[in-house]
Amino acid sequence: MELLLDSLFNGVAIGSVLLVAALGLAIVFGLMGVINLAHGELMMLGAYTTYVTQLIFKLPILKPFYNSYIIVSIFLAFIVSGVVGILLEKTIIRKLYGSPLETLLATWGVSLILQQFVRSVPLAYGTGLVISLLIGLFLPTSFPSKIKESINFKYYKFSSWLFAALTGVLTGSVISSSVSKLSRASARNVDVTAPSWMRGQVEILGTAFPKTRLMIIVITLISVIAITLFLNQSAWGMRIRAVTQNRQMSDCLGISTEKVDIITFGIGSGLAGVAGVAVSLLGSVGPNVGGNYIVGCFMVVVLGGVGNLLGTVLASFGIGIMTDLIGAGRLLSIWPDMPLPLSNTINFFATTSMARVMIFALIVIFLQFKPTGLFPQKGRMVEN
Amino acid sequence: MRISRRILAGLATASLAVTATSCGGGGTSGSFDDTVTVGILHSLSGTMAISESTLVDTEKMAIEEINAAGGVTVGGKSYKIEYIVEDGASDWPTFAEKSKKLIDQDGVPVVFGGWTSASRKAMLPVYESKDAFLYYPIQYEAQECSNNIFYTGATPNQQSEPATDFMYKRSPAAGGDFFLVGSDYVFPRTSNTITKAQVKQLGGKVVGEDYLPLGNTEVAPIISKIKKALPEGGIIINTLNGDQNVAFFKQIQDAGITPSSGYYVMNYSIAEEEISTIGPEFLEGHYGAWNYMMSIDTPASKKFAKSFKKRWGADRVVADPQESAYNMVYLWKQAVEDAGTFDDNAVREALVGQKFDAPQGPVEVMPNHHLSQTVRIGEINAEGGFTILEETGVVLPQAWNQKHPSSKGFACDWTDPSKGEKYKL
Repeated sequence: MELLLDSLFNGVAIGSVLLVAALGLAIVFGLMGVINLAHGELMMLGAYTTYVTQLIFKLPILKPFYNSYIIVSIFLAFIVSGVVGILLEKTIIRKLYGSPLETLLATWGVSLILQQFVRSVPLAYGTGLVISLLIGLFLPTSFPSKIKESINFKYYKFSSWLFAALTGVLTGSVISSSVSKLSRASARNVDVTAPSWMRGQVEILGTAFPKTRLMIIVITLISVIAITLFLNQSAWGMRIRAVTQNRQMSDCLGISTEKVDIITFGIGSGLAGVAGVAVSLLGSVGPNVGGNYIVGCFMVVVLGGVGNLLGTVLASFGIGIMTDLIGAGRLLSIWPDMPLPLSNTINFFATTSMARVMIFALIVIFLQFKPTGLFPQKGRMVEN
Repeated sequence: MRISRRILAGLATASLAVTATSCGGGGTSGSFDDTVTVGILHSLSGTMAISESTLVDTEKMAIEEINAAGGVTVGGKSYKIEYIVEDGASDWPTFAEKSKKLIDQDGVPVVFGGWTSASRKAMLPVYESKDAFLYYPIQYEAQECSNNIFYTGATPNQQSEPATDFMYKRSPAAGGDFFLVGSDYVFPRTSNTITKAQVKQLGGKVVGEDYLPLGNTEVAPIISKIKKALPEGGIIINTLNGDQNVAFFKQIQDAGITPSSGYYVMNYSIAEEEISTIGPEFLEGHYGAWNYMMSIDTPASKKFAKSFKKRWGADRVVADPQESAYNMVYLWKQAVEDAGTFDDNAVREALVGQKFDAPQGPVEVMPNHHLSQTVRIGEINAEGGFTILEETGVVLPQAWNQKHPSSKGFACDWTDPSKGEKYKL
């Protein structure tokens, strides 16, 4: 029993890391069909946001609230990665809809740019830049419609960008002068330390579970529930689903597909940011942190069936549980006196490297039989 | 509106003035008869940039120190050392390519470079075919002895062997079982083969072994295995690389694998630099083995740390790889001065037997192109440094490990033409 619980928990823990990382991609790649190779770097931005938030919460004014910085950083990471995602959509991806190969190359280029960006720009100014983007992108949309429709709107837009730039530079300088660690660029990996209430372990049914892992499972659960509710219950969710199913028809019926694209991409990117917070709790934060997850993310989305959230959920937990079963040689402890050749085979695959090989092989075999994944999408888009 | 814009513009100018950073040049003044240009080849971009850039900093500092003290004197003429820094970009073929460029195009007499064994293996054929000279500063798995490479890092018998001995005989977990964890590449696998042979000799038991593919940070299956293999605590030998250590230590602590519950980790790839990245709170009470530790309480060690901080910033630390990089620049200078020429072959001959009063203590170049060094075992403390527990005498390097089944009974000697790269003892 204890063994089963332990194994199940490990599987779910590994799976939930995969899931939270793949969730954003399930939306961007699954619903929009955009192959975004910069998804991992959006995660990285989320992880760096956690780091910056942590340092800012160490300032004397915010010190009393230090324990809650991780919660704050989840929201901030969503916003930061979302804003960068929106900028990416507006400038690059929008022009490449329908040409997957070009999207793939362009987003790969973006991923390299983002990696080098965090290496060579002091994080304080990076933060300033994100704040500028946030103001520049959203200030004009919040103007009253009278101004928006006026002929001089471009001047208003221009001045709000100017204001955004100045605020950005100002915040950058303020942060840079108050937090010395953020004032210099460094290619060095940095570290996020979980607040004390999230360290150590809790005991449930006689088995000890690490708290950070539980926290990641909670973050994943909340993200999945929130995104499901959003897609199925809200008006914008309905519009997103409509555009996914039939773009032309939705356009004819008066849905602004442009806006839907921005929102969908923004949410997908924002979720990547949340994933960044989760992975920052497990390992260190560096320019390459997201790149390590990107293959796994695509694997999960393809296995689950493109365009299907439930598939993504099941696929990630499936892979998680298989990783633990194979990688830790669990079958041996369940059935200790199995015949020698079989136990030797299991022992051979019971290393992390070989378990990975085995999992990939199993996925390839699975996709031979079900090329469209666990839950293939039905409808017009498939026919196109 | 107009006024507020003007104010904003004023603010912008002010803040731009704040952001403007100054670039310090490393030039030194003085009168020299001539200059000599050396090559520095490390990764300045990519995964390895984090570690390798510290070596570039150290090598630059050593060169600046030598220049400030009058440069290199060859044949009565004083030479100022200048350097060309090339970026290996964490890509092994690039290391070979840039080596060719440095040797053929720039005509440098020596290249200081490399970190990973993969980069060294990629560069080796270049230096051998062009009969050029590479100085390599990292502790590594040995099992190699090139006439064209000079290795200033530790060989396994100068790091892992004394460490295993300490763990099995004198650590709080003495007599316990071993579990070996490493990244999946040549150094951890070779090092662990040696450790397994040694543990067997000592009469201990290795109960498990696992390797994490490079770039993978999912350590949950390894943790389950450790708990299964060592339910009551024991000795863990860790050869994980870079970021994987962060994931490993954060998660084993959460899983209750800590010194207080009887698990002691001996690390071969964690120095002061890594401790500050991982966070001392995760590492306190575990061990490390190195030739140089920043906490060595000698004037030479203190001076080294102090000048590095002065040159690159008060929050910077020095660690073993940096010390090796520092030593090799000085040893090259001494060898050149003794040889009286920059010519490769003469310098190589003059190099063997060179002694240097290094930050770790005296080192000497041995006929197998490795250094004799002191080995230290340290416990990681809350301040992010090592509390040195043990210090060996000078340990001679074994290019061919005497515990590894494939190289037992072999040695290397480049001073004797009849012996060379690998001869039977």
